[in-house]
Amino acid sequence: MTFWYALVDLLPFEWAQSGSMYFMKNALLAVLVITPLFGLLSTMVVHSRMSFFSDALGHSAFTGMAIGALFGFHEPTWAAVVFAILFALLFNLVKRRSALASDTVIGVFSSTAVALGIFLSTLNGRSFTRFNALLVGDILSVEPAKVGVLALILLAVAALWLASFNQLMLSAISPALADSRGVRVFWQETVFSVAIAVVVTLSMTWVGLLVINSLLVLPAASARNVARNMWQYHLFSLLGAVLAGIAGLMTSYHVGGSAGAAITMYLALGFALTFLLRKK
Amino acid sequence: MRKIKHGKLAAGCADSCCLKLDGLSVKLEGDSILEDVSFHLHCGEIVALIGPNGAGKSTLFRSILGQMGYQGKITFSPAGGPAIRLSDGAAIGGARPLVGYVPQAPSFDRGDPVSVLDFFTAATARWPVWLPIPRKYRARAAACLERVHGADLLDRPMGGLSGGQLQRVLLALALEPVPHILILDEPLSGVDIEGEHQLLDMLDELRTQYDLSIFLSTHDFATLGQFADKVILLNRRVLKSGPPEEVLSSSEFFETFHLHMGKGGGQ
Repeated sequence: MTFWYALVDLLPFEWAQSGSMYFMKNALLAVLVITPLFGLLSTMVVHSRMSFFSDALGHSAFTGMAIGALFGFHEPTWAAVVFAILFALLFNLVKRRSALASDTVIGVFSSTAVALGIFLSTLNGRSFTRFNALLVGDILSVEPAKVGVLALILLAVAALWLASFNQLMLSAISPALADSRGVRVFWQETVFSVAIAVVVTLSMTWVGLLVINSLLVLPAASARNVARNMWQYHLFSLLGAVLAGIAGLMTSYHVGGSAGAAITMYLALGFALTFLLRKK
Repeated sequence: MRKIKHGKLAAGCADSCCLKLDGLSVKLEGDSILEDVSFHLHCGEIVALIGPNGAGKSTLFRSILGQMGYQGKITFSPAGGPAIRLSDGAAIGGARPLVGYVPQAPSFDRGDPVSVLDFFTAATARWPVWLPIPRKYRARAAACLERVHGADLLDRPMGGLSGGQLQRVLLALALEPVPHILILDEPLSGVDIEGEHQLLDMLDELRTQYDLSIFLSTHDFATLGQFADKVILLNRRVLKSGPPEEVLSSSEFFETFHLHMGKGGGQ
């Protein structure tokens, strides 16, 4: 972190001055880790039409938090991660075994998770308001250790992308074809949904549950408007996410307001611009 | 129209390579999808599989591809060699037949940011296609696409291809590496007449060039006589098989498709 603070001190901003405003510097680093993470995952979420699924995962993450809090864990986040992973695994299993359309299965899971979460968190007449922070998120409260965990996750997702993006893409295009070329479609999809589950849950506290899905949808949706191949698609998605992340944080610093929401609004602006410039 | 029909129609299987299906049955959750399906497929032959929707055509293909459990035997004998049982797991001395597969055309949205090069590289190489694709993979994809006269399609988005072009790209992929048996699931659906002629000519060219067995399903009965050596009429079981003219004029064919005798075989 010392190195990072020294680096940030070189920036010509009022908050970047040496020895002060550490929360802002931590937040900037967190944004620089979280946004590429979402930029990468976003490409496959959009390509394999999983935006509804990732939305449902966000809901389940909240339920996991409620369960963690109920059992009095010091760090309910880890309970939430475990719950979200179970949710993703169970969803994949049910989807595979049932003849229902996947959006129906997601609807079933999502509503069950939300209901369970609300029920557990209001048990014994307790108030729901202590979970409000989770809904909105607060990136300024991020601690260096948490940024470290997120950075490890970023490395893991980058490794996953290097190792199995091809198989993942092929599975999304045609399961039958992927299967005939030796891809284990079910496992590819499962690993990917677990990755989304972990990322959504771990970053929810900083980004905010209500806007987190926009980070999984908007970067790639904008990139799709203009990209002609996978390289451009990833480049635009990553760049868009990082730029919107920085711009959102700065805006939130100067005018107040939630950073997560500000980032989302920049992403939405990016979508509007790329939509106007979209390829014919 | 097309000139040659086939090189040699082997009477027996002794001196020709041969895919044999023997008493193949598939059950899914208690429902019988295929019952006692038996036939042979020789090198250099084009065999068309016809049958109503739900007749078990895709299931039959998936069984041959080893994607599905089945009862019965599927074996492959190379010319003069011993039979190899398919879907037995490990390859036997490298002699296991390669099956090239062209699935039912996947649907791409017009805006999908997947170029033909991306698609091809993703299926044939380990290089992650979200990074810029090195020249060596590009050259390889171009060479493969050239087999189907499609090298110019390399940078086109998959979603912008016509039905015929998409089939050619899928075909090029199924030919890498060059298989012993080529299976095509409904290659002619969504393809216009010109594309259809181009595709059929290409299949004809390929089977003579590589001595391939080609096995395809189709609903297009009008062109069957021009390219197929043999037609198999399937509806859970093999109802009729033989040369196209024989199958298309059989009472089984008319009954299966609820046609009235004397109206001719087209649909």
